[in-house]
Amino acid sequence: MYRYDEFDHKLVQERVQQFRRQVKRRLSGELTEDQFKPLRLMNGLYLQLHAYMLRVNVPYGAMTSRQMRKFAHVARTYDRGFGHFTTRQNIQYNWIKLEETPDLLAELAEVEVTGIQSSGNCVRNITSDHYAGRIKDELADPRVYCELLRQYTLLHPEFSFLPRKFKIAVTGSPKDRAAVALHDIGLRMHLNDSGELGFEVLVGGGQGRTPVIAKTIREWLSPEHLMAYVEAILRVYNLNGRRDNIHKARIKIIVNQLGIDRYRELVDQEFDRIKRNVRGIPEAEIQRIKAYFSPPKYEELLDFTDELSTLRLADKAFDLWMSSNVAEHKIRGYAIVNLTLKAPDRVPGDITATAMDAVADLADEYSLGEMRVNHRQNLVFVDVKQVDLHSLWQKLGPLELATPNLGQLTDMITCPGLDYCNLANARSIPVAQDINRHFVDIDRLVAIGDFTVNISGCMNACGHHHVGNVGILGVDKHGTEFFQLTLGGSSDEGASLGNRLGRALPQEEVPAAIEAIVDTYMDIREDDERFLDTYRRIGMTPFKEAVYGSVDTKVVA
Amino acid sequence: MSQMIIANRLIDGLVIYMGPKGEWVGSINEGAVFEGEQDAQHWLAVAQQEVEDSVVVDPYLIDIDTEGDRRLPAGARETIRAFGPSVRTDLLENTEGSRG
Repeated sequence: MYRYDEFDHKLVQERVQQFRRQVKRRLSGELTEDQFKPLRLMNGLYLQLHAYMLRVNVPYGAMTSRQMRKFAHVARTYDRGFGHFTTRQNIQYNWIKLEETPDLLAELAEVEVTGIQSSGNCVRNITSDHYAGRIKDELADPRVYCELLRQYTLLHPEFSFLPRKFKIAVTGSPKDRAAVALHDIGLRMHLNDSGELGFEVLVGGGQGRTPVIAKTIREWLSPEHLMAYVEAILRVYNLNGRRDNIHKARIKIIVNQLGIDRYRELVDQEFDRIKRNVRGIPEAEIQRIKAYFSPPKYEELLDFTDELSTLRLADKAFDLWMSSNVAEHKIRGYAIVNLTLKAPDRVPGDITATAMDAVADLADEYSLGEMRVNHRQNLVFVDVKQVDLHSLWQKLGPLELATPNLGQLTDMITCPGLDYCNLANARSIPVAQDINRHFVDIDRLVAIGDFTVNISGCMNACGHHHVGNVGILGVDKHGTEFFQLTLGGSSDEGASLGNRLGRALPQEEVPAAIEAIVDTYMDIREDDERFLDTYRRIGMTPFKEAVYGSVDTKVVA
Repeated sequence: MSQMIIANRLIDGLVIYMGPKGEWVGSINEGAVFEGEQDAQHWLAVAQQEVEDSVVVDPYLIDIDTEGDRRLPAGARETIRAFGPSVRTDLLENTEGSRG
């Protein structure tokens, strides 16, 4: 894990003091709300439906048990006892008091986390593969480059007033678990024809009201030029991006308007100028950052295969969990364990302070004190000894953190929706809970296999509905909440946007509609074909007929 | 349609309603109900002054129905603002300040 040096500490502490003064001036009336709003947003503080909401960055989703305990402390001391992990690998609190926020931020700074740039028109939390540094198929650890970019873009004066927010994601694996094609800049490590490690650079991806799959702007970029090239992309965007219309201000709009070839030309011109005269990343700096992410001291262990097989045979629940939630580690004798925050009746991504403390204790006991949060709103223990898997599973169960549904239909991404969010048109969470109650048969979920359902309460798409195998978008029709379904979305290395199924449905009909889609898929799939592949092979028609033939079309809006 | 004035309190962001004497109250059921447009606009102007005085943020009028002593906001958004999230309120370890 990266640890703050003296400069990081000084910068963050100064920022807290600055915000303390700004809050004081706001409360005294010296600053108006219009003047104060951009200042609080730059520290992650929104004003939502119920109160102030604070978004805290978890850089590239990696955190220590000490940080998790602090998150629990914040939930208990400054909020109402729980937090919400988001698709940006952040944590949000829903009832924060303005007057207490500087103290809260000072406490977070003690454990090296902040809300800086978790909102506003700047480079947001840089996200990554939650298996980074631990998975076999990885070419290199993406956290090194995430951290370099984090430091480089933090409070960068030129990039603090962009036309709109800016999101960057990095993956070091060919298997994309970080949804890089849905980001303003996506960085995908790969080897060039000479076998040298570098980045494929994608640009102009995003969701929201205008979803776009990012285009490749450069097939291969040497890591030493990463910052110069990202700077060139940002500068061209900053100069050409629209500031007159918030809905047309993201980089995806300007890339589409200019065309990727013209955008590439502009970026290359700028890149050629600055890479010669200004910067590359010194190898020593890359090595310095790399040292923070060097592997922990693993024990020499053998795989625990036979013993685990015996335990799995003896206990079906353990077997299901092993199949679903445990991934292979690159080190022999270790495993990666996913803790799903998707138990039946739970709010996806929500976790109580008590559970956070328990997770921190378990991370210390079983995962060398480190964990991750992924963009599907689950937690990950990255360094669990195989010999400990059964014991850990037994302890996760009572915490409702061992639901064996990773990647399955009930492992839904769900935005806070109208239950919390000022922008939402409809509630997302009750829809997720309805679906969860409908699909209770674990054997059936296993038989269905990989199946992502993503739910957003409005077209801003925080719930990634465009890239769910089934996407659900909440819409308001004359004061009533309806839900628009899309099929065929995917956020992985073969990213695609979902297509609209048909007319929007009332909430109570959504589970039956998904049941009809699932039944159709199970009927027509070939062998072990995933739902996504069946959809791509067959198309929309059978699913459309199944849904609109199985629900009462008279009440469909 | 009856109306009330809703806002966020600046200091803690909590949802508040204008009370019968122009004060701010935490429960929708203690808030003032305005039956006429003129009355509602008068008190909204009072609320706007409270914005100038850095007491509240973003006051606006909402439509409500009354049922005995209870005030029922029109629409899901204002109902959620009045009574809190519609899901998993049992998650709250500390319910201080909850309304409704």
